Amino acid sequence: MKSVIPREVESLWTLFTAPTIWAVHFIGCYATVAIYCAKAASLDFGFDTVRLLLAGFTVFALAVIVLSAWLAWRQWGFGVHDPPHDEPTRKGRTLFQGYATLLLSGLSFVAVVYAAIPLILIAECQR
Amino acid sequence: MTDGWVAGLLQSRRSQRHLSRLCPGFIALLVLPLTSCSGTHSALDPAGPEAANVAQLFFVMLAGGVVIWVGLVAALIYSARKKREHSEESAGRVILWGGAVIPTIILCALLSYGMWLMPAIRPWVPDDQQVRRIEVTGEQFWWRVRYLDEAGETMFETANEVRIPVGEPAHFSLKAADVIHSFWVPSLGGKMDMIPGRTNPLTLTADREGTYRGVCAEFCGESHALMAFTVRAVAPDEHEAWLAERRVSGSQDAEGLAIFLNNGCGACHAISGTPANGRIGPDLTAFGERTTLAAATLRHTAEDIARFVAYPGVIKPGVKMPHFGMLPEDDIKTIAAFLKELK
Repeated sequence: MKSVIPREVESLWTLFTAPTIWAVHFIGCYATVAIYCAKAASLDFGFDTVRLLLAGFTVFALAVIVLSAWLAWRQWGFGVHDPPHDEPTRKGRTLFQGYATLLLSGLSFVAVVYAAIPLILIAECQR
Repeated sequence: MTDGWVAGLLQSRRSQRHLSRLCPGFIALLVLPLTSCSGTHSALDPAGPEAANVAQLFFVMLAGGVVIWVGLVAALIYSARKKREHSEESAGRVILWGGAVIPTIILCALLSYGMWLMPAIRPWVPDDQQVRRIEVTGEQFWWRVRYLDEAGETMFETANEVRIPVGEPAHFSLKAADVIHSFWVPSLGGKMDMIPGRTNPLTLTADREGTYRGVCAEFCGESHALMAFTVRAVAPDEHEAWLAERRVSGSQDAEGLAIFLNNGCGACHAISGTPANGRIGPDLTAFGERTTLAAATLRHTAEDIARFVAYPGVIKPGVKMPHFGMLPEDDIKTIAAFLKELK
């Protein structure tokens, strides 16, 4: 079956995708709010706009992580094989990497959700 | 190996008898620390809304922790006594749910609850709102306290004791002169760091009259543990009268004052209405009104004041004040008596 995303992309790089997305989202959220709050007086849009913007960014980040998780799940063989995948073969390594990527994607998903929770509860810059 | 030991401990009748005999004594020992839960220095005995929210957060987390602990101990007992074999698949499910899914949900709930509680724990006072404003600066190893007027100007200065009116929010601007300190009055709220070069805001409200103890909650040097202060929450009328009285600088004249000035004490300490106007050490105006001495380290008695004047470094290692033990004993006693009665 031909896939839209070729299997060749599933490399060591996909392992880093989800944690990298989390890091970019984390820094993005903090930097955006910090810069907005420092310059709020000279900007003509409210904090709610910033919240909406970051909510959109969060949905995008989660979508990319889900995509990365799906690729990892495919690499892992859709859960057909059981861990620990410790055979010294190419297949063993591929399955191990897919499994590790899937777990990291799960962790990153949760971390992005946690980083986004303050967006629901923080309503304004305080100075 | 550990499993075998635990199973052995739980299954051995002799051990069980031994444990049941130990239990009452053990529980009595556990109950003992509860006696320290109340008092002037306890986050579990809140005297204001901010502290009440901190206590509520603690009890919610404690209840959750107890539930998790009971569950874990039950699982431990079950695993030690179980007769039935379980499949690897069901063990995997326990790890997935118990090790990943449930902790994720609990942490999510705790994070949301903590965030939701934050405005109540750290009430925010905008710069233009009219509230009581007090500036406290942490110094090694004491607290410089300045009462500010509506314009933010200093009305008067004092040290190591803060007075606030009951039922009204008091807004603290927290600063540090040398190293990082932390301002914490457990009965009134959470702590806030004092960082050199920054002003950190903190709002506290006392909802019942009383004297509360505050401490420095960030290690700041040799006498960090001896850097405390008292907060006196008084009726608003009484507070207003005190502020009005303190705003007017009185005049002092006593034999003790002459000895105080002749020995150079005024180079570091200020006493309103006298030539003593030093800014290095704590302001001693109305020192006689205070309830403690040397940043809540000693009792406010003439004997302790004399001890501190003679050998401050012995009582508080690292303190900047030099020893005055070389003065005639009578002079030290006169200074102590003068300070004890200073209004």
